[in-house]
Amino acid sequence: MKRYNIRIAGVGGQGVVTSAHILGNAMAAAGKYASLVPFFGSEKRMAPVEAYVRVSDQPIYEVGEVVYPNVIMIYHPQVITHGKSYTMPFYSGLKEGGLVIINSDVDIIPDEDKKVLEELKARVYMIPATQIARDIAGTELATNMAMLGVFFGITRLVGLEYIEKALIERFLGGTFVASGGTTALDSAIEKKFKKKQELLAKNMEVIKYTMKLAEERGWVEEEQEQVKT
Amino acid sequence: MPEQQRPEQKVVEPEYLLLEAPRERKFITGSQAFAEAVKRANVDVAIAYPITPQSETMHLVGDLYAQGYVKDYYRAEEEYGAMSAIAGAVRGGARAFSATSGPGLLRGLEAIVSWPGHRIPAVLGVMTRVVNAPLSIQPDNIEIAYLLHSGLIVLHAENQQDVFDFTLAGFAISEKVDVYLPVVVATEGFFVTHAKGYVDLPPDDLKLPPRDPYKAPVPPTDCEIPPARIQRDAPVQKSNFMSYLIHAVWQQEVWSSNRRAAKWIKHYLGGLIEVVNPDAEVFIVASGCAAAQGREAQRYATMEGLNVGLVKVKSLRPFPEKELREVLKNAKAVIVPEHNIVGWLAKEVKAVIPNSGIVVDGPRVYGGMTLPVELIMDEIYKAFGIKKERKTVV
Repeated sequence: MKRYNIRIAGVGGQGVVTSAHILGNAMAAAGKYASLVPFFGSEKRMAPVEAYVRVSDQPIYEVGEVVYPNVIMIYHPQVITHGKSYTMPFYSGLKEGGLVIINSDVDIIPDEDKKVLEELKARVYMIPATQIARDIAGTELATNMAMLGVFFGITRLVGLEYIEKALIERFLGGTFVASGGTTALDSAIEKKFKKKQELLAKNMEVIKYTMKLAEERGWVEEEQEQVKT
Repeated sequence: MPEQQRPEQKVVEPEYLLLEAPRERKFITGSQAFAEAVKRANVDVAIAYPITPQSETMHLVGDLYAQGYVKDYYRAEEEYGAMSAIAGAVRGGARAFSATSGPGLLRGLEAIVSWPGHRIPAVLGVMTRVVNAPLSIQPDNIEIAYLLHSGLIVLHAENQQDVFDFTLAGFAISEKVDVYLPVVVATEGFFVTHAKGYVDLPPDDLKLPPRDPYKAPVPPTDCEIPPARIQRDAPVQKSNFMSYLIHAVWQQEVWSSNRRAAKWIKHYLGGLIEVVNPDAEVFIVASGCAAAQGREAQRYATMEGLNVGLVKVKSLRPFPEKELREVLKNAKAVIVPEHNIVGWLAKEVKAVIPNSGIVVDGPRVYGGMTLPVELIMDEIYKAFGIKKERKTVV
């Protein structure tokens, strides 16, 4: 049984909840299993947002927030540096041998936290997701895509075609509503990109790039090693 | 209200719709699952007052009204009004649906607990939410305790599939002549209502037969007919053995009707309980979301070679007294995980088995927190005398 219990922490406007839905939908499209719970207070930009996703090749029964994750994704450095999170410290509950993916171009983990993470035998990967999003898609709003790409790149849970299917469902489906605020944000992004198709292509490019990045950095092998144990 | 365009739906018997019709798998939220059930239930009227986390369900039911699947729909002034209006509509012969959450439920409770005695067959969705201070919108389910002593049929859904099946079956069960009581379909807010899961759905061009208000064990009770008559007649209302007698027989009949629902719950939903690994040494007994967490714990325990079973209580009223006694007769320990501080399910279980000392009170989470499977595992290890240490920092 391959099972990931994921906690995504970021700030309002980064698409934390949206990417959790895409993650879940990609699993569903591939005939696998996912369950997710978004968690946010009053919706506003830069306020803490968390989303919890469970993914597996087997049915998932449990629900609710993930208290003991084996994957933590940090979408914004301020989650760590400013404590912008519902769960503090950012690694709370992390299981032994777990995976932490952080969007940052510099090492932002305090030494005392590093010690705990080492004891937990955690693998901590940092990528400049926002920079990648800016460089490839021309907008930092694709940060969530860069993070998703790293996750799928490392775990190899579903093929690229299912990720694309989930993106199409999210951005071209037209029926999905995560929240009122998100819908408004969507139209802002759409205007920026002019066409939804173009938005989709750019997002896919970002995902492909970070998937490749995960492979080049040897993270895939490290994950396969962990799955074996 | 202008005449709506009614979508074409073929009327089929509940047996066909629930048990035989081909089903297609969809990945939907619990709120959508409620609405999908209402869509196929030939509902005449839906009345509610919005409250988080119920709002999404009633919004979707409002969409069904716009599409013509529900004949009438309105937002009441508040919950007391909503639940009183439901009683009125059902007395008038309509099939009615409403839903509420936590504080909204308690606001409407005075009207709701009078439904069974007034023989109001309706379906009420309850999406649990904290009611005790400090208040939050998270799914603590202490409110279910308030529903257990009123004569209502109370089903507790574990997931989105249960929400659909229980709600659709709820309409059929509530209107049976030998039942004729309201059915509550409770589930945890957010964890089920706002999360997606796989739901196998029958075609949406099928619907239940319309309500036949003449198929009733009592005439619609108004103030001219007992027992409501005693509410009106001041001399009778006071100490009067006739009024006590009427009250006694009437409520006894309500509770007999409640017990008679068991056979219909078995018929449409496969039983009051579901048992995984009946020969287990240690059992988890749980309802609603806690059953989902328990199911996961049972799987992990089995993977570790521990003989653990799960009893999911689908029906809280009628309560599966005999069934629990039978399945737990050889249990060494019974773990009852719950999403509330009072442990109403643990109390219920203790009350029906002869050796209540084997019941472990918990684990419990409060204020609508998630119930980590790890906490149930801790109790399982304890029951087997296994010492384990968790390394994680929380």
